[in-house]
Amino acid sequence: MKIKSLKSRQDSLAQTEKQLEILSGGIFKDGSLPTFKEKVKASNLEAVRPIALEILQINVGYMCNQVCAHCHVDAGPDRKEIMTHETLEQILAVLQVNKIKTVDLTGGAPEMHPEFRWFVEEIRKTSVEEIIVRSNLTIILANKKYHDLPEFFAKHKVHVISSLPFYKRGKTDKQRGDGVFDASIKALQMLNKAGFGIPNGSLELDLVYNPSGAFLPGNQKALELDFKKALKEDFDIEFNQLFSITNLPISRFLDYLLASENYEEYMYSLVEAFNPMAVENVMCTNTISVSWEGFLFDCDFNQMLGLKVDASATHISEFNTDILSDRNIRLSQHCYGCTAGAGSSCQGSIA
Amino acid sequence: MKKSYYQPEDLKNFGKINEWNEALGTKFFDYYNSVFEEGSLSAREKSLIALAVSHVIQCPYCIDSYTKDGLQRGIEKEEMMEAVHVGAAIKAGAALVHGVQMMNRHDQLSM
Repeated sequence: MKIKSLKSRQDSLAQTEKQLEILSGGIFKDGSLPTFKEKVKASNLEAVRPIALEILQINVGYMCNQVCAHCHVDAGPDRKEIMTHETLEQILAVLQVNKIKTVDLTGGAPEMHPEFRWFVEEIRKTSVEEIIVRSNLTIILANKKYHDLPEFFAKHKVHVISSLPFYKRGKTDKQRGDGVFDASIKALQMLNKAGFGIPNGSLELDLVYNPSGAFLPGNQKALELDFKKALKEDFDIEFNQLFSITNLPISRFLDYLLASENYEEYMYSLVEAFNPMAVENVMCTNTISVSWEGFLFDCDFNQMLGLKVDASATHISEFNTDILSDRNIRLSQHCYGCTAGAGSSCQGSIA
Repeated sequence: MKKSYYQPEDLKNFGKINEWNEALGTKFFDYYNSVFEEGSLSAREKSLIALAVSHVIQCPYCIDSYTKDGLQRGIEKEEMMEAVHVGAAIKAGAALVHGVQMMNRHDQLSM
């Protein structure tokens, strides 16, 4: 079945207020489950607070060649939101005067931004140590103009992090669309050929696994071994690490949970798996997420919920680390997704 | 009293068993958790055994738990179904092998 974005379907969940209402209502309103804030407090943990900023995660726009069933960005070919040149310049100005270790480029498919390559080259001129591109893999094969992306990534020592929900066709195509598995395999082989993911090599290729349904990811290391064995044996593909990421109950995944009547059970699973150890390492403590419009958020998920940073400066044009490091991180019940089990972040498990 | 003996939400409350006898409950859960750790058998293999046994003893709570556990471990539905057939085959075999007893008894009693 061909999926469309919530926005183009004019679904009520395309309104972030509606999503926040669901996340604060029902089982959290009637006291069946504690809110995230209550849970953190009851566990005698310090409030979630920012530490030194290390990662600037930049969402360059929502356009994507894929429409994945679980997408928390609600991205797709029908989304036209795109970062302007002015905002890209403002980000570069921030990178020139602030010590930021990692820039993490995401979307949509970030490679589809017309100034993507120029932007990567400009970031390389700053003191940023690591440039991550979150690639959906199939973009490399989507059009001739993208076929040389592996060489471009290699030239600029880009750290490629790619989604591959499973090492077999069925589950991958069900979540990400027909034909995605075969195209992803071909793209991974092209990345290997360009030197990515080779053990002891310098070019990093990591994969992201997220469950294809209303359940939590299993042990990251065990899944990594399964992925490595299967991809090597079946397709002669190598990669560095597997990051297992929990699906957060927002946007299209929230829509799926509600439609399949799994929402309450899923929230119970997340709350039950609450791990205090993971709270200390949640990614919002060392990351700032920038939207295509240049606004600042605690994380990509808060960005999709429209929850701007709780600070006096909320736009990249007024970026100020002192103000940002003194902010309170905005929390709601989706935050349970980052603290369940071994925890979850854009870099996988955290506890 | 609820209208069904089985309530899905009872599974979430399994830990409450400890409220009426903490000492024995704790022993059980410690034992249970130890059984499912990686050992000579992998945790993945143990999960499939548990799924098969869950069907043989027809425990809805266990089927719920180990189907979900299998999904989390990346166990595929084909593997799950084969495990269920292993359990079913043993259960069918256990019934059928008694047929030999029937045959023996039949022959013993017959002229």
